[in-house]
Amino acid sequence: MGATPPDRSGSLDPKTSFQGLILRLQAYWADYGCVILQPYDMEVGAGTFHPATTLRALGPKPWNAAYVQPSRRPKDGRYGENPNRLQHYYQFQVILKPSPVDLQELYLKSLYAIGIDPANHDIRFVEDDWESPTLGAWGLGWEVWCDGMEVSQFTYFQQVGGIDCAPVSGELTYGLERLAMYVQGVENVYDLNFNGGEGAARVSYGEVFLQAEQEYSAHNFEHAGTDMLLRHFADAEAECDSLIAAGLSLPAYDQCLKASHVFNLLDARGVISVTERAAYIGRVRRLAKQCAEAWLATPQAGAA
Amino acid sequence: MPELLLELLSEEIPARMQARAADDLRRLVTDALVEAGCLYESAQGFATPRRLTLTVEGMAARQPDTREERKGPRVNAPEKAVEGFLAAVGMTLDRLETKPDRKGEFYVATIERAGRPTPEVIADIVPRVIRDFPWPKSMRWGEGSLRWVRPLHSVLCTFDGEPVGFEIDGIRSGATTRGHRFMAPAEIAVRRFEDYEHALGKAHVMLDPARRAATIDADARNLAFAAGLELVEDDGLLREVAGLVEWPVVLMGAFDEAFLDVPEEVLVSAMRTHQKYFTVRDPGSGRLAARFVMVSNLVAADGGTAITAGNERVLRARLSDAKFFWDQDRRASLESRLPKLNEIIFHARLGTVHDKAHMMARLAMGLALAVEGADRTDCETAALLAKTDLVTEMVGEFPELQGVMGRYYALHDGLAPHVAAAIGDHYAPQGPTDAVPTESTAIVVALADKLHMLVGFFAIDEKPTGSKDPYALRRAALGVIRIVLENAIRLPLNRWFAATAEIYRELVPALVEEHWSKEAKLADAESYDNRALLAFFADRLKVHLRDKGARHDLIDAVFALGDQDDLLLMVRRVEALGRFLDSQDGANLLVGVKRAANILRIEEKKDGVSHDGEPDPDLFAQAEEKALAAAIGAAGPAAAKAVNAEDFEAAMTALAALRAPVDAFFDAVTVNAEEADLRRNRLRLLSRIRAATARVADFSRIEG
Repeated sequence: MGATPPDRSGSLDPKTSFQGLILRLQAYWADYGCVILQPYDMEVGAGTFHPATTLRALGPKPWNAAYVQPSRRPKDGRYGENPNRLQHYYQFQVILKPSPVDLQELYLKSLYAIGIDPANHDIRFVEDDWESPTLGAWGLGWEVWCDGMEVSQFTYFQQVGGIDCAPVSGELTYGLERLAMYVQGVENVYDLNFNGGEGAARVSYGEVFLQAEQEYSAHNFEHAGTDMLLRHFADAEAECDSLIAAGLSLPAYDQCLKASHVFNLLDARGVISVTERAAYIGRVRRLAKQCAEAWLATPQAGAA
Repeated sequence: MPELLLELLSEEIPARMQARAADDLRRLVTDALVEAGCLYESAQGFATPRRLTLTVEGMAARQPDTREERKGPRVNAPEKAVEGFLAAVGMTLDRLETKPDRKGEFYVATIERAGRPTPEVIADIVPRVIRDFPWPKSMRWGEGSLRWVRPLHSVLCTFDGEPVGFEIDGIRSGATTRGHRFMAPAEIAVRRFEDYEHALGKAHVMLDPARRAATIDADARNLAFAAGLELVEDDGLLREVAGLVEWPVVLMGAFDEAFLDVPEEVLVSAMRTHQKYFTVRDPGSGRLAARFVMVSNLVAADGGTAITAGNERVLRARLSDAKFFWDQDRRASLESRLPKLNEIIFHARLGTVHDKAHMMARLAMGLALAVEGADRTDCETAALLAKTDLVTEMVGEFPELQGVMGRYYALHDGLAPHVAAAIGDHYAPQGPTDAVPTESTAIVVALADKLHMLVGFFAIDEKPTGSKDPYALRRAALGVIRIVLENAIRLPLNRWFAATAEIYRELVPALVEEHWSKEAKLADAESYDNRALLAFFADRLKVHLRDKGARHDLIDAVFALGDQDDLLLMVRRVEALGRFLDSQDGANLLVGVKRAANILRIEEKKDGVSHDGEPDPDLFAQAEEKALAAAIGAAGPAAAKAVNAEDFEAAMTALAALRAPVDAFFDAVTVNAEEADLRRNRLRLLSRIRAATARVADFSRIEG
């Protein structure tokens, strides 16, 4: 007789593990027919920046995709001391183009799938028009509240890179840590059960990320070399321009993402003034716009 | 009588747009009905988060028949003209009649239109109204091209109980709706408003926003009362929350008493602005209680336990943040935060906020001398520290509390209450209805903040243009105007513009050297840029006075004098002028002055020369001329003296003495005399009237 194999049932359960929540959302949207992508391998401020959303929202071709994206918001770092504020967290992103008629229903069912029962929870669609000045993108929609907590962003894209979206994409962005905290009934993000294990087998979110939050907060606010960052910004900008000239929309867009992240770091370092902010945002927007235009001219975007 | 029922069911409509949209729907549909000849007895619009509904009662089943006679060309008109007319009325020649007229026979077409059944008219009107609906912001969705506030799902339209059919962008109208999103999502068949409203009620939708608000209000009061507390009334929040739910369920939650140490403004901001909760007070102490009232949209299966617990959790996280910031922030004095202001750039070309604080402090010391009762040291301290709360954690998280937190932290640092209050109020007034600071220290700091901005941005040529005013300079100028006027402060603007520019030059010389416009660098009271800023103030003052109901022509009459830079004096002069013109003397004198000005204008144009100049007393031929000259000789200097003494009432009284001699002059004297020298002399005399009254105002700008 061997030992009983350890109970691993919690590792896939959205109610007991962070990874289970992600896996359940992936399964739900895969079942709907989405392409399940992996995170984009660059630092971005939100899942929207992934080219699978930004660029694919443009042009006539249908596109349904879902993916997890680590989101870096240098300014939101709190040295691991705030129970729900992180400079690195996960978003689950869904983009459906064209937006289906029953998008709200689909979304609500996905909440049900991860254990939020609309019979006992107050789910509300509260006006929140989304705009990304750096992407030259905007849309109308809501933040979705569950019992007073914002759990998702729900947007119908109208423009990206200053270009009208036709057809219109519906975009859903789930704040995964918040949702998991809610479902697990945890008050501090670092207490989240990451793997669903019990006792010694339990791995918490803190064990995975606390040290990173401490180190990156110090980096973002104190140590990131501003002279270097200013140079990197200029380099990325110039590189983006030359890649556009070479007709390479995707590599050019990477440089746009780089410039955007460097700008966020500079902002966190407090070296950008209110007016300079507007100018920097304008510079990133110009890059995003030219990438969007270049992408539209490619076959994958549906160009003839 | 038949009624129209229309419902547009969509995804969630922003709360702030609902009332206006319900009203627009009613107005647009009924206007179009009336235009089509379909009259009605009453109409009412409703909005919930998901639907706009309109009921129009007392309509006729058919549009009335119409008969219109249209007159055409003469019978002998060219063939082309007749053909054109036939095409326009859509008839053939044999159906036209002819009728006589003074000039001959004309064709007349009698166009008779049988009224259509009302549903047909409705089916025309409604899609048009939907397509052109004036949403403040609208969007497209899916593959469609229709614009609506959020995706439109269905259109219910019935007339006299029967469905009215039409299609818009793939949506076919019908006679069904749906109830509450979660509690009654199934289709409901509907015929009339009465059963519609009733069916919705059963399907957990309260159609009437007023009823939802009243329900929330009553339930919230009851919950508070039952807990021995009192609801803090908040009409704005009540309206907003009534627009967030179709079926309000009011619940009460609690938070830890320990959070009550945090200033009330912070708690209220966290609850009201961020969570849309109502706050409650202890009726005895008047203090905020550790409870809150939330409005959910659901009769929950568990009675609301999970909802309350969830909301309490969210609030706990917010208040924990707030308390942490409050405790943390008080460990460092405001003064110790000054160096950190170096890290925030006020504007790249104007310096850091640290620079701004020092400039404001210098300016405040000067302004203290101009504001009665202000202590220079207190003003300097308050101005220097006014911006330091920007680098506190609390303001980082709750930006709307800037100023408010500065006051709390200043008190905690042991600063005098009036100094702390001046820090708290220095952004005021934030708009035309916001309260203006009245305590002298607060007045000084608020003025210093705004003058620093205005002079700086004008010096680097960042002036508002059209609808663009990114630095809210219009608001800043209006702030200065209101502070000065409401506190009756004498603030010669040119002097203070120059003083502010001087402080920039001393404290941030390199920036001035590099970025200021050439004109601004030379800035003294006469320079170009000061004049641009002064003109900007003049415009703002005009807008302000007009909003307060002053006659715009009187404002123009005073502004046209030029060289006016004292807001208080300008306004007093406008007021005195208004009172004068309301009097018999004033009204009559205005007539005389205008008559003189008109004659002068006409004659000067005719002669091609100006008749300005002193008349020759030897050429006065009539007593009335001499009398008028004498009156002007007395009134002109008297008015000027009174103006110099800033006694505008006396200046008006002096001018009033002109009324009788002016009237008498025009009664008895012919200006355009045959003799050229007499005529010229009389015109010169008229020019003296113009000159004398110009000491007070430019009468030619006054209407009437």
